[in-house]
Amino acid sequence: MTISSLLTPRRIAVGALCALMLSTAAPTLAKTPKDVLVEVGEHGPNSLDPMAPAANELSQMVAWQIYDRLVTHGLKTLPDGKTVYDATKIKPELATSWNINADGTEMTFHLRKDATFHDGSPVTAEDVKWSFDRAVAAGGFPTVQMAAGSLTDPNMFTAVDKYTFKITLPKANKLTLPDLVVPVPNIVNKKLALEHATKDDPWALDWTRKNDAGGGPFEVTSWKPGNQIVFTRFDDWKSGDMPQMKRVVYREVGSAGTRRALLEKGDVDVSVGLPPKDYAEMAEAGKVKVIGTLMQNEMFYVDLNVTMKPFDNKKVRQALAYALPYDAIMSQALYNRAEPMYGADAAKGYAPKWPVASPYDTDLDKAKALLAEAGLSDGFKTDLYIDMSQTTVQEPMALLIKEQLAKLNIDVTIHKVPGSDWFAKMGSKSMPMDINYFYGWLDYPEYFYFWTYDGKNNAVFNTPNYNNPKLDALTEKARFLDGGPEYDKTISAMNAIVMEDVPRIPVAHLYSDIAMQPNVDGYVYWFHTNLDYRFITKH
Amino acid sequence: MTDQTQSPQTALAPATPDRWAEFAHLLRGNKITFAAVLLLLLLVLLALIGPAIAPYGATTTDATASLEPPSAAHFFGTDALGRDVFSRVVIATRLDLAMAFGAVVLSFAVGLILGPIAGYFGGWADTVIGRFVDTLMAFPLFVLAMGIVAALGNSVGNIVLATAIINLPFYIRTARAEVNMRRDLTYVEAARMAGNSPWRILAVHIVPNILPAMVVQASLNLGWAILNAAGLSFIGLGVRPPTPEWGIMVSEGAGYIFSGEWWTFTFPGLALVLAVLCFNLLGDGLRDLLDPRSRT
Amino acid sequence: MPLLLTLLRRIGSAIPSVFGVILVTFVLARALPGDPAAYYAGASATPDSIAQIRSQLGLDQPLIVQFFGYLGQLAHGNLGQSTSSGQAVLSDLIERLPASIELTLTALMFALIVAIPLGIWAATRPGSWVDHLCRLLVTLGAAFPTFFTALTFVYIFYFQLDVAPEPLGRLSEIYYTMPPRVTGLLLIDTLLAGDPEAFRAAFAQLILPAISLGLFALAPIARVTRAAMLEALGSDYCRTARAMGLSRGRILFVIALRNAALPILNVLGMVFSFLLGANVLIEKVFAWPGIGAYAVNAVIASDYAAVQGFVLMMALLFIVLNLVVDLFASMADPRVRYDD
Repeated sequence: MTISSLLTPRRIAVGALCALMLSTAAPTLAKTPKDVLVEVGEHGPNSLDPMAPAANELSQMVAWQIYDRLVTHGLKTLPDGKTVYDATKIKPELATSWNINADGTEMTFHLRKDATFHDGSPVTAEDVKWSFDRAVAAGGFPTVQMAAGSLTDPNMFTAVDKYTFKITLPKANKLTLPDLVVPVPNIVNKKLALEHATKDDPWALDWTRKNDAGGGPFEVTSWKPGNQIVFTRFDDWKSGDMPQMKRVVYREVGSAGTRRALLEKGDVDVSVGLPPKDYAEMAEAGKVKVIGTLMQNEMFYVDLNVTMKPFDNKKVRQALAYALPYDAIMSQALYNRAEPMYGADAAKGYAPKWPVASPYDTDLDKAKALLAEAGLSDGFKTDLYIDMSQTTVQEPMALLIKEQLAKLNIDVTIHKVPGSDWFAKMGSKSMPMDINYFYGWLDYPEYFYFWTYDGKNNAVFNTPNYNNPKLDALTEKARFLDGGPEYDKTISAMNAIVMEDVPRIPVAHLYSDIAMQPNVDGYVYWFHTNLDYRFITKH
Repeated sequence: MTDQTQSPQTALAPATPDRWAEFAHLLRGNKITFAAVLLLLLLVLLALIGPAIAPYGATTTDATASLEPPSAAHFFGTDALGRDVFSRVVIATRLDLAMAFGAVVLSFAVGLILGPIAGYFGGWADTVIGRFVDTLMAFPLFVLAMGIVAALGNSVGNIVLATAIINLPFYIRTARAEVNMRRDLTYVEAARMAGNSPWRILAVHIVPNILPAMVVQASLNLGWAILNAAGLSFIGLGVRPPTPEWGIMVSEGAGYIFSGEWWTFTFPGLALVLAVLCFNLLGDGLRDLLDPRSRT
Repeated sequence: MPLLLTLLRRIGSAIPSVFGVILVTFVLARALPGDPAAYYAGASATPDSIAQIRSQLGLDQPLIVQFFGYLGQLAHGNLGQSTSSGQAVLSDLIERLPASIELTLTALMFALIVAIPLGIWAATRPGSWVDHLCRLLVTLGAAFPTFFTALTFVYIFYFQLDVAPEPLGRLSEIYYTMPPRVTGLLLIDTLLAGDPEAFRAAFAQLILPAISLGLFALAPIARVTRAAMLEALGSDYCRTARAMGLSRGRILFVIALRNAALPILNVLGMVFSFLLGANVLIEKVFAWPGIGAYAVNAVIASDYAAVQGFVLMMALLFIVLNLVVDLFASMADPRVRYDD
C-alpha cells in the first residue's frame, strides 16, 4: 500500500466536495455591517443578572452593557495610544452630580431626571434604593463585592426624594465610590422586577436572570444560552454619549482555532480569549488589530504552599524562585504577551505599587546552594497543579518547570484540575505548588494583598496558605490610608516582605489581549477586561 | 434488546487448526489485509524498540528550536516546546498500543465471563446481565467515557477502564449469542449426557469455539479504543503531560492548524490513523475469514 | 392488537434500564470532581459565599435525599436547572435537540448516498480491486478522529479555499432571518417559511459538519450493504430474474436492493444512535448549538442537572429509536417477531 494509493481517492473526494459547496455556499457577502458588531468568545453568560445565584463572569459583561450604574470612570489615553479607563476619575452616569460630607460618611447622589428604563418607565431614587438593597441581600459574590466598599446594610441606603439617593457609612472608605462603578450595584427596574417576584424569590432574581430589567445603553433582544446573545442599542439612553453600534452579536465558539480563523477571515469583528501564541502571531502579521493592555493590579505566578513540606522552609522557596526557567516561560508559554516580573534589584527597594518585579532570576547554582542549606541536595518529589481551562499557557509552563526542576533532582508530577474543581481545590489549600493569577477590580495593592496574601482573611486566592500577622497588620493599615507618604511606605514594606519570604514566586504581569478587525475602533480597557460596547466604532 | 447487529453466520465456521493455513492463503489473496498485517508488525516493532531508536527524548524541551518545520535534524519538526515530534510519535507507539490492548483485553475478559453465563444458563442470570447490557447501551457512549474519566481522574488506567466499560456490551452480546447458538448442539448435548458439569461444558466445549468471533470483535475494537482516547484528549481528559500519546499530540497540534504549523498535528495524526486503519482492516480480514458467506 | 401489546411490553421492559441509567448518571454526576458551589462562587469566594450557593443549589442535602428529590422532580417532568446556562435543562435540551438531529440526519443521508452505492458496487465485483478499494475507502473514513477531520475541513474549505461558510453554527442571523420554529429542523422550516435563500445558507452550514460526522458511518453501512447484496444476488429469486432476462440494473436496484433493505435498516438504527452520541466533538468545532456541545460543557463544569438530563434524554431517544426500527423491520419483513 503506497501513500499515493491512499491519496488519490481522497483527492477525488476533495474535488467533489469543493464543487458541491461552491454550488450551495451563500454568495460572498460584504463582511459584517457597519453598525453591527460581531464578537466571538469561548463562553457566554448563564444569566443576564450577576445577582442571580451561580451567575458566571460573563453575566457581569452583560450587566455592564444593559444596566446603568450611578457613576462610572473617565477614560485616558496611554503614551502608546491605548485607551484605558481612568481609575482616578469618577464620572457621572445615572447620577449627574454628588456631594460627599467632610468625614466621608455621607454620599448624596442627584439622579438624571430624564433617564428611563428599557420599558420606558422613569428611573427614580426608589429604583436605586431597591437595587442596592438587593445587591447586599443577594448573597455570594455580589454581597462580598459590595462589602469591599463597606456597603453591607440596607439601612445605609435612603431614597431622599424622587431623584436624590443617599448612602450613609459608619466610617469613610476610599473604596466606596470606585465600588459603585463595578457591575454589581446595577440600577434595576424595581417596578418591572417586582411584577415577577414571588414569595420564594422576593428580589425576582429568577426573572432578571432571563430578562432584561435595565436602563443601560443596550437592550438584550435575543438570548440563546450557550449559543449567542444579541444586544440592540437603547435609543432613549440618556446617561452618556449614544453608542455607534446599533446591534452587537456575541457568539460562543468553543474552539480557539475556529475563533482565530473567523477573525482572520473577516467574518467576525472581535475575537476574545485566544491563546497568547495566536495574539503574538496576529500582532506580528498585522492583518488584524491586536491590542494588549497590561492588566490592572494583576500578577501571574507560581504559588508554594508554606504549610506543606518542604515549602515550609523559606530556603526551599527561595531555591525554587532561583530555579524557575523564567525566560523560557516568557517566550514559550506566554509568547511575550506579558511583562517579566523577575530579576529586579532588591537593593533598590520596592516601589509602592503592585505588581512589582521580584529580585529572583534563573540561577541554578544559587538554587543548589539554597537546597543544600535546607538539606535537600538530593531533591524531593512534589506536585504541581494547573487549571485545565488555562492549559494553553499553564501546561507548557508546567512542563518547562518540571524539566528545569529535574536538574535539581526535584521530581514534579503535573496535575490538571478541571475548571469546575479549581476554586474548590484552591480553597482547600491542598496543592503544594500551583500556577495561578489574580487581578483586582479595584486598583489598590492592598486590595490584591487582602485577597491573596492575607492570613486572617485567608481567601480562596491565598493558595500558599500564607499567614504572616506582620503583613496582615500592614495590609489592614494600608486599607484605611488614602495615599500619602505613610501609605507608600507601608506598601513598599509589604512588597519587601513577600519578596523575601516568597510564598509566591512572581513570574509575569499579563496583558489583557483582544483582537479585532482593523476597522474597529474605540476599544477601552476596563478593570473587568470585557469589551465596552458603548465606545466601539467602525469605519 | 435483540441481537440484530450480530450476524449469525459467524457461529457456523468451525474452529479447526487448518484455519491458519486458510488464513495464510487468504492473506496472499487479499493484499489489503496483508498490508495491514505488515503494518501491525511494524507498530509492534516500534512499540518494542521505539525508545531505543528515537533520536531525542520524548520530553526533552529545547527553547531554541520550538515549532521548527520538518528537517534532517527533526524529521517531523518540533512542537511549541522544541520537543522532537518524530521521537514523540515513535515513543508514543508503546503507550497507545498498550492502552488499546489493555482496554480490549479487559472488556474481552469480562465479556467472556458474563456473556457465556447469560447465554448458557438463561433465566435470571440472562435477565440480570441483559439488563446491565441494556443500561450500558442506553448511554451515549462517548459521554459515558467522559464522565468516567472526569470522575475518576485522567490517568492512563482510568482511560483504559472507561474505554473497556463502554465497549463491554458488544463483547457480552457477541459471547452470549455465540453460546446461545451452541447450547443445544449435539456435541454439547453429548457432553452434558456424559455427566459434565455446566461450567466444564462451558469452559471446555463452548468457550473455545466462540473465541474466533470474540477476536473479530476485539480487533475491530482496537481502533475504536485509540480514537476514543484521542477524543478524550481533545476535551482535556487525556493522559497526563508530558507523556507522549498520539491522541493528546493531535489534539494539542489541532491548536496550530490555523497558524500553519501543520507538522505538529499531521504526523501524530497520521500515526494514529494508520494504527486505527490497520486494526480495522485486520478486523475486517478476520471477519472475512470467519464469515465465509460474506466472501465469494 | 398483538403488535400494540408487544410494543407496550417492549416499553415496559425498557423501564429497568431507564432506571439504571438514571441511577448511574446520578452517581456519576456526583462523582465528578469539584464543587459546583465553589465553581460558581468564583472570584472573591469566601467559605460563607460558597456555603450560601451550595444551599441555594440544594447540594448541602445528603445524597440520598438529593436522589429522591431528583426522582420526584423527574416525575413532574422537571429535569432541573442547568448551572452553566442558567436555564431549565428541559428547555435547553428541547431548544438544542433539533440542531443535533438535523446534523445527524444529514450526516446519515450523506453516509447512505456514499456507502450504499459503494456497497452495491463492491457486491457486484466481490474480491476484485473495486471491492478492496471500497473497503479501504470506508475504513479510512472511520480511522480519523472526528475533531481532526472537522478541523482539517474547516482549514481547507473555509480558511484556505473559501468555499465553505464560516463555521458559526446553523444559520447566520446577521444576514438571514431564523424561520419560525415548526419542526426545529432548519432545512424544513426555511422551506415552510418560503425562504429559499435561508435554506441554501442553512444547507451550506450543514455540509462540513455533516460530512465530518458521516465519514464515520460509511463503514458499517457499506459493509452491511455489500453482505446483504451478495446474499440477495446469490438467492434463487435473483437467479430466476436473471434467467427470465430482466435487465441487470433492474435486478440490482429493484429486486436485490429491496431484499437487502432489511439488514440495512437494522444497521441504520444503530448507526443513527451512535452518530447522535458521537457528534459531541464536531459540534464544538463548528459552534453547532446542539446537545453534544452542551453535554461536553456540562461534564467539564460538573453541571449535574445538565449531565443527568442529557443522558436521560439520550437513553429515552435510543429506546424509542430501537422501537421504531423494530416496527419498520416488522413491516418490511413479516417474519420478524418480537419474541425474546
